[in-house]
Formats: sequence, structure tokens, C-alpha cells
Amino acid sequence: MTVASTSPPLRRPRGDGALAALFVAPAMLGFLVFLLWPTLRGVYLSFTRFNLLTPAEWVGLDNYVRMVHDPIFWDSLTVTVEYVAINIGVQTVSALAIAVLLQRLTQSAVLRGIVLTPYLMSNVVAGIVWLWILDTQLGIGNEIVAALGFDRIPFLADETWAIPTIALINVWRHVGYTALLLFAGLQAIPNDMYEAAKVDGASEGRMFWRITMPLLRPVLAVVLIMTVIGSFQVFDTVAVTTSGGPANATNVLQFYIYGAAFGRFQFGYASAMSVALLVVLSAITFLQYRLTRAGHTDLG
Amino acid sequence: MTTPTALTTPAPAPTPTSAKAAVQPQRRGPSLGRIAAWAMMTAIVLVTLLPFYWILRTALSTNAGLAADPTNPLPVHPTTGGFERALGLQSTKEAIAQGGAGGGLDFWRYLLNSVFVSTLITGCQIFFSAMAAYAFARLRWRGRDTVFGLFLAGLMVPAIFTLLPNFVLIKQLGLVDNLLGIALPTMFMTPFAVFFLRQFFMNIPREVEEAALLDGAGKIRVFFRVLLPMASTPVLTLAILTYITAWNDYFWPLMVSYSDSSRVLTVALAIFRAQTPQTGVDWSGLMAATLIAALPMLVLFACFARRIVSSVGFTGIK
Repeated sequence: MTVASTSPPLRRPRGDGALAALFVAPAMLGFLVFLLWPTLRGVYLSFTRFNLLTPAEWVGLDNYVRMVHDPIFWDSLTVTVEYVAINIGVQTVSALAIAVLLQRLTQSAVLRGIVLTPYLMSNVVAGIVWLWILDTQLGIGNEIVAALGFDRIPFLADETWAIPTIALINVWRHVGYTALLLFAGLQAIPNDMYEAAKVDGASEGRMFWRITMPLLRPVLAVVLIMTVIGSFQVFDTVAVTTSGGPANATNVLQFYIYGAAFGRFQFGYASAMSVALLVVLSAITFLQYRLTRAGHTDLG
Repeated sequence: MTTPTALTTPAPAPTPTSAKAAVQPQRRGPSLGRIAAWAMMTAIVLVTLLPFYWILRTALSTNAGLAADPTNPLPVHPTTGGFERALGLQSTKEAIAQGGAGGGLDFWRYLLNSVFVSTLITGCQIFFSAMAAYAFARLRWRGRDTVFGLFLAGLMVPAIFTLLPNFVLIKQLGLVDNLLGIALPTMFMTPFAVFFLRQFFMNIPREVEEAALLDGAGKIRVFFRVLLPMASTPVLTLAILTYITAWNDYFWPLMVSYSDSSRVLTVALAIFRAQTPQTGVDWSGLMAATLIAALPMLVLFACFARRIVSSVGFTGIK
């Protein structure tokens, strides 16, 4: 893409070392102190027993052994995976549909703006609003369910419904953003291709599978990796709607980690679980990258 | 700069009729597929926007009214009581009588905290990231590519991973329950901001810089007087998105703040929600608070709608 213009004949053979040091210094400070050091420290803490009050005490693999034998950890991992599967599945398909509609139907900027509005809300706001809409007694969502002749559904208070509900709430908040990312990818597809296909009598469906999907694939892959990583870190919505309940049914990994750290002050154990999450995320990123051949384009 | 059309009020959903007019020039009427597509689009718009209306309608109702008439599309017994409770303007007795918890929301303080933190993060992060981005894109120095590679690798570390150690660090620095403690971790840089701005600086023709240098300006001066102003578009783009992210952040501020002095709106809102009596939640007050908390971002959106919308695709994929 971008090619750094190679430096023209040097007027200052010594380069700009001093100036560069000055310019990079603040960012470097932030990088070292709040990104690199915490990363290393997080790994270190995972091998310790640490409660913030007394110095960290080295315990070797204890935290990891405990984690492997902790049924709640496995439960929360399962719940998280379930959440991610629903969230990403629904979100990707809907975002793709919205993006294609925005591209093939209209280029309206107003529509694009509308689709993005929920993204401006915090997860906390989104959580509270849907909590109200889905309220069993008074929520309009449940009023509609009742009006359709079904029993009211305790969306957030029922073990089976809670995770799908939270997943869909987050789809509501994020789908517009994802759609616009995909839309940007679609804009890069030359319109001539569609014109040509139309002349050949191709239907919209055919054009979607033969032109849109193959050409969008690299963008779709990047967006998928980004959204999956984000999705694994679900916390806010759970915190304001169900607090992990009922009966741990929405105890997602990040919520469990938070509880271990700030509820029980087991920072070592919480760190070990963060390392596990990091490993899972890295593996997924790597796999997705390989499987989708994200680096390659079919264009040209 | 042109001011894009404001989006404060939900624009009416596009109806199939208006669409027909726009795409008519070709033969026949609109195809079945096109009608279905527009129906889908309309449904999407409704699902997107109706919750916002429902917030407003609930916020303007009384709790008793909501219980009596849950499906009324209009505010039931219209009142501003919910807003008064959310803003802490009602006496405790009055608030409890209307279904509130009596615990007020020190709204202006949280608003100020949110504004302070978001502004500090956005301003500093982008300024420092721009400086670094310039050094990575335009200056020649040993180890440049290695250091940049290291920064890029930082993109891979998910936020959750650094949160706990960062909390320990902030605690050791004595900055827990301090607004600076909330801002500090993202104040100096994010790998993404550096990466994003570097792309821009790399694409500015070298001649621009050289002309200024020939005029005798130093490189620092060139950066501040020539290149930074040229970068105002990507800088503003990034600033808006950074501001939204900082404003909406919940997890980190929740970890760091314990009292009103450092509480930001997202955290305050979650607490307000937890406070409301479980027996009969103060929905009207809660929705009023929600609306007030969301309002600044909606206003920001109204001012920069077009830019925000086009910047999303712009920033995401690179």
C-alpha cells in the first residue's frame, strides 16, 4: 500500500536521532509503563499468590493447576464461547446484510448515520435500556411477546435465555459499526464489476456470491478477527444486566476474572486466567488469519 | 467545514415510496426483491431507533403510570420527575414517593469527571501519538523500524490483559480513586493511534517539508507549523473516535474509582441502576439518567455525523 519515499540525498548525515528521541519519548513512556511492563508483569503475577496487601509470593504453577481443576473456570469459558458464537454469528451476518443493503440499495449518508447511533451509547446504557425493554412485568418487549399469545419470557433472569439475550443486546450496539467497516470494504470493489455482471444478466444473489463475497473476504477476515477479540472481552453488559447470574449462567470469563481480583483479591489467580484468555485469543487470531488467508486479496 | 445535517431527532424511516422515486429511471416498477430489501432496511432502522424513543417516552412518564399502562406509545402522565430525580433535584422524600431510591446522582460532578477524563485522554493521546508518528514516518534514526515493530506488536495485546497489572501499578502510584489514574494508561499513546497517524504522515509529499526546511525552519517548527495543521483531518477523525471510546469506557474506571470524586458517568449510571429498589425499579428515573448520560455523545454525533460515519470505515481496516 504505502511506500515510504526513500530519503533523498542526505543533507544531515547524522540523521535526526536526538529529535526523534524527543518526539518518541512520551509515547515510548506510555508504551513501556502501561503496555509492555504490565504485559510482563501480568505473566509474572500469574505465578504468584498476590492480594495487593502483601508482596507477591512465588507459587510456581499453582494458579494454573487450580485453574485446570476449577469447574467454574471451565463453565465461564464455555459460557464465553457460547456468547461469542451467538454474538459474532448474528452480528457478522446482520452487518454483512446491512452493508450490502447500504451499498446496493442506496448510498444514503443519513442511513449510515442512523445505523451507527447505538455505537455512540456505552454498553452500560445499552444494557440498562434493554433491561427495561425486556422487563418481565412492564417491558414493551415482553408486552409484545404476551400480545402474540406467548408466555412472558424472563429474558435476563432465565439460564437458557440470558446469554443469547446479552449477545443480542451487544449485537444491537455494535452491528452498525461492523456494518460500516464492511461497507468501507465494499466501496473498494469497482462498480464496473457489478455493471458488467448485470449486462450478463446476473441476479443480485449471484453477484453477491460471485463478486461481493470473494472480493470482500480479506476485509471480512480482518473485521472478524477484530470483533471476535472484542467479543471475548464482554464485561460491561453482563455487569449491568445480570451480574453473572442466574446461577453463573452469564459468568463470562472477564466477569469471573474481575470477581477473583476485586471480589476475592486473588490477583495471582485472576492473572493466570487472563494469561489463559490471552492464549485463547492469540490462538484464535492465528487460526483465523491462516484459515481466511487474510493477507491475500482476490482483487486483480 | 460544512456542518452536516443534524441527526438529533431520529430521522423518519425511509419509506418504500421515496425509494421508488430514486431508483425508478430504469424500466418497469420496483422489483419484488427491491421492495423486500427496502422492507428489510426499514426494519433495521426501526430496531435501531425505537429503543431511543422508548427511553424518552419512559423518562417522561411516572412510575405509577408505567405500571398502569405499559404499552402506551406516549409518555404516561407526562412529568419531568424522572429527570429531577436523576439530577438529584428532588427531595429524598419526594423521590421515594415517586418510586426512586432516594439516593441522588451527583450528575454535574460525574459529567465534569467524564468530560475531564475523556478530554485529557483524547488531547494527550493524540498529541503524543502524532509526535511519535511523525518520528516514525519522517525522521531518520537508528532502530526506528524495530521500535515501530514493537509498538505494532502492542496492538495484539488485548486490553483485559493489561488491566490487572495496570491497576496494581496505579495503586502503587497512589492514583486509585483519582481522575488522573483513570486517564493515565491511555494518555500517552495507543499503538493504533500511532499507526493510524503514521500512515498519514508517510503520504505527505516530502517536498512540502523540504520547502519549509529551506526557508530555515527547524524540524520541530516544521512539525508544528506545517505537518500537524495538514493532518487536521485525520487528527479530528481519530479524536472523535477516541473521545467516544473514552467516554463509554466502563471497566477501567470501575476498577479505579471508589468515590464520587473520580466517578465518571458510566460508572455512576451503573450504580444508580443498582441502587433502585428491586421491588419496583425506578424505570422513569433510570431512563432519564440513561438519556442524560448518553446525551453528550448524541450531541457530538449531531455536530460531526458525517465525519464520524465516514471515519469508521476509514480507521477500521487499515
